[in-house]
Amino acid sequence: MLSIIIFSAVAAIALASGVAVFRVDSMARATYALAISFVAVGVMLLMFDLDYIGVITILMMVMEMAIMAIYMIMFMGMNPALMPMSMVHNKRWSAILAVGAFLLLAGCALLIPWPERTGSPAVDLTVSLGEAIMGSKMLVMLTVSPILFATIVAALVLANPRGRYDRWGDALRRSTPDDPQQGGLSR
Amino acid sequence: MTLQLVLVVAAGLFCVGLYGALSQQVVVMVMMGLELMLNGVILAVTAFWWFLAPNADGQVLLLVVIAAMTVEMTMGFAIATLLHRSRGSDMTDTATDLSQ
Repeated sequence: MLSIIIFSAVAAIALASGVAVFRVDSMARATYALAISFVAVGVMLLMFDLDYIGVITILMMVMEMAIMAIYMIMFMGMNPALMPMSMVHNKRWSAILAVGAFLLLAGCALLIPWPERTGSPAVDLTVSLGEAIMGSKMLVMLTVSPILFATIVAALVLANPRGRYDRWGDALRRSTPDDPQQGGLSR
Repeated sequence: MTLQLVLVVAAGLFCVGLYGALSQQVVVMVMMGLELMLNGVILAVTAFWWFLAPNADGQVLLLVVIAAMTVEMTMGFAIATLLHRSRGSDMTDTATDLSQ
């Protein structure tokens, strides 16, 4: 009973801060609200004895929100990031779709006769995860690793200030750039 | 805790994120919506893992979802940087020609 009460309280915090992300007046406050929502979900994972995944979720998301704050300062300037804003489109249909999706998902969750639990969790879940990654599920991690590396390369290519896309724009068929100093060096 | 309770909370998080991803104009805010959606997915996968089949496979799936969040964040920030550099704005409405 106590676990249900604690879980419900943490879930209420996660949902309320999730809603606050799109209700508060500034992007700075939205970032803090999202960080609170992620920490609340991380706490919920910890309640399922998922120590490793819960902790990395909290650490990763707090760091991500810090990076997001830097991006807000970069793109919008510090003052606009703290000032009221309302930059939305298609608000009504978005709300209708979101409520409809919630009713559908919640209805499925409540009405489907879920099967009984099969098996029991390992004594040490972190050890069992490590053994799975280094054993039977190694192919999953071998697939994820090059994807993450490709992501790093793609992000650098896109964000590079003197790269192909910055010099040529969308004229990708252009043979050579009109660039007096070759090699993408600063002018 | 019951499976149904956790799934309803996960559905709530997912749909709040869906609203944000559909309605926001700033790329970073759209990313926040996508992150909330994946947050709900993480919670739902955890619930299915714990209440239906608590073996190591579910934990590996959680790691994959977290990796997907990382990829989404990285590419989102890179595209936002590119958009801001080339168009002077990181609004989604300035990038509608990407659909052509």
